[in-house]
Amino acid sequence: MSTPDLVEVETLPAPPPSQPQRVTGVAVTALVVDVVGIALMVFAGLLLRDYNHGGIFSTIVAIILVLGSLYPLWPTIQGFRGGAKRNRLLHNDELVAARRASARGREDATIGLGYGAAAIIVAGLLLLGLTNSGAVAETFFRTDAWHQSFGEAIQAFWINIWVAVVSFVLVLIFGLILAIMRMLPGRAGAPLRLIATVYCDVFRAVPAIVTVLLVVFGLPLAFTFTQRWNPAFMGVVALTLTYSAYVAEVYRAGLASIHPSQSAAARSLGLSYAQTLRAVLVPQAVRRMVPPLMNDFISLQKDTALLSIAAIPEVLLVTKLWESKLFNLSPVTLAAVFFIVITIPQARFVDHLINRDAAKRAGG
Amino acid sequence: MSFLEIEDVRKSFGHNEVLKGVTLNVERHEVVCLIGASGSGKSTLLRCVNQLEQVNGGEIHIDGDTVTGAGVDLNKLRRDVGIVFQSYNLFPHMSVLENVMLAPTRVVGISKEEAKEKAMTLLTSVGMQDKSSAYPDMLSGGQQQRVAIVRALAMEPRVMLLDEITAALDPELVGDVLEIVRELAHGGLTMLLATHEMGFAREVASQVCFLDSGSICENGPPEQIFDNPTEPRTQQFLSRVVKSGRL
Ligand SMILES: Nc1ncnc2c1ncn2[C@@H]1O[C@H](COP(=O)(O)OP(=O)(O)O)[C@@H](O)[C@H]1O
Ligand SMILES: [Mg+2]
Repeated sequence: MSTPDLVEVETLPAPPPSQPQRVTGVAVTALVVDVVGIALMVFAGLLLRDYNHGGIFSTIVAIILVLGSLYPLWPTIQGFRGGAKRNRLLHNDELVAARRASARGREDATIGLGYGAAAIIVAGLLLLGLTNSGAVAETFFRTDAWHQSFGEAIQAFWINIWVAVVSFVLVLIFGLILAIMRMLPGRAGAPLRLIATVYCDVFRAVPAIVTVLLVVFGLPLAFTFTQRWNPAFMGVVALTLTYSAYVAEVYRAGLASIHPSQSAAARSLGLSYAQTLRAVLVPQAVRRMVPPLMNDFISLQKDTALLSIAAIPEVLLVTKLWESKLFNLSPVTLAAVFFIVITIPQARFVDHLINRDAAKRAGG
Repeated sequence: MSFLEIEDVRKSFGHNEVLKGVTLNVERHEVVCLIGASGSGKSTLLRCVNQLEQVNGGEIHIDGDTVTGAGVDLNKLRRDVGIVFQSYNLFPHMSVLENVMLAPTRVVGISKEEAKEKAMTLLTSVGMQDKSSAYPDMLSGGQQQRVAIVRALAMEPRVMLLDEITAALDPELVGDVLEIVRELAHGGLTMLLATHEMGFAREVASQVCFLDSGSICENGPPEQIFDNPTEPRTQQFLSRVVKSGRL
């Protein structure tokens, strides 16, 4: 653009000031959603009370739920108020104040909308569970079935935890060996590099359940001395074989994520390759490896349930036996709950680590 | 025989020939400045000297010993050749003191106490003694670069390579870093440095070398290069530098 154009722009009339947005539309939508949510919740609460024959506990729960569904009305009303204020201020030509009132009002109304929508979802799920005269609850959540199977299930779950922990320790070691093999330099390292690469490709390609089957049933036939082993240890072998391939990749990616200039700086100070790895690359890479390693550990814990197909008495096998005994799936739901209870805190912890690192990177 | 002899050095990355036969001699206690447009191969040449890059042709001698080709003890070579990078490249997981002490303790093998004493002396000489326990990301660019210089000096190198060490700094921080280089030059340290600071080059260099697309276009004392350049490409480059206000 040439200079005369720039000058002309400045002589143009100022654009009209922006007007405050309307509030009423959002507020009305929020009100409608809130009312639907309340209606559904009242209906669900009544069903819940009837299902438990008016028991005191379920009546209290129903009342709390209905009261909760009333909450979104409050921000919605604030939204209507904000709208009224906006109109008043606009009428008095107080444009900036009107824009602020409008923004506040719209935010309040949107909050009412969001909470109302959540109430609809909760009420919907409850209705889904209670329709068909409580078939969902009857199928998945029978408390008497839980009572009966709990003792055996929790004992069996120890096997899952034990297998997961032992496997992961072995995985960390074996994965490191694989990662080192994959990073060997030069022609001398080429054959070992190839072997490690093929290993990782193969075991990441084969579904874990296939590896488990082959190892647990095949190992005792192929190597007869393993017949005396605890079958759970076969499971450890199978899971170690599979997860080492993933963990080797985590190690490798972690080291590769350190900028080559770090290595250049260390090498040009006279540090050998091994010294550079130990003093400069690994300490920086470890921080970045921890979250993906934790994620692999979490998947490994869940995959211990695969050992049920190999007749290892872990939690899924045991709860499935209870299922066939009681003709009810509730014990299996119990197994699911066990996994949820141990896994969710770890997943939260990983997220915390990732957020912390992200904040650090944004700050630094 | 010169202390550092670069003889007809060639270097390619794939099909991209970056150094096309560079010959350059640096005497003991001499300061040689490499100037040239971005991409002309200054960094690559410096990285060839300490073998971060391997040459594809030609030879480099340091104090009479051939340092290019197979069989050279690179870790020993690099003890004698210090390098400072444009982007500092401090180790972020180590404090300033640990950064400086790392190589003397691990490579030379001197005791922790001795290394610490030496590091503190060097840090004091660049005004960084108060920051010895700080981590690099708490320091300004100028402070980081001063630490990087000290880290290289702690190995008592016989020649220092400086690769545009002020190019990433805010203008007001450039002076402090150049002052340190000036002192090193006066102290008689042999240096080969790539720089865009023409005024500084004119002041400290005994020899200025204009690199153009991978070959040395013109080479001589600073007065000759800056005041009476004979090659048209040198004249062009310098006039562009003058226009951008850097001379
Ligand atoms: N590691 C590398 N791989 C491929 N090309 C490179 C590499 N390093 C430098 N180059 C190329 O070499 C040329 C010279 O780069 P460089 O030596 O950094 O120039 P200068 O330092 O003078 O700006 C550029 O074209 C650059 O793209
Ligand atoms: Mg460069």
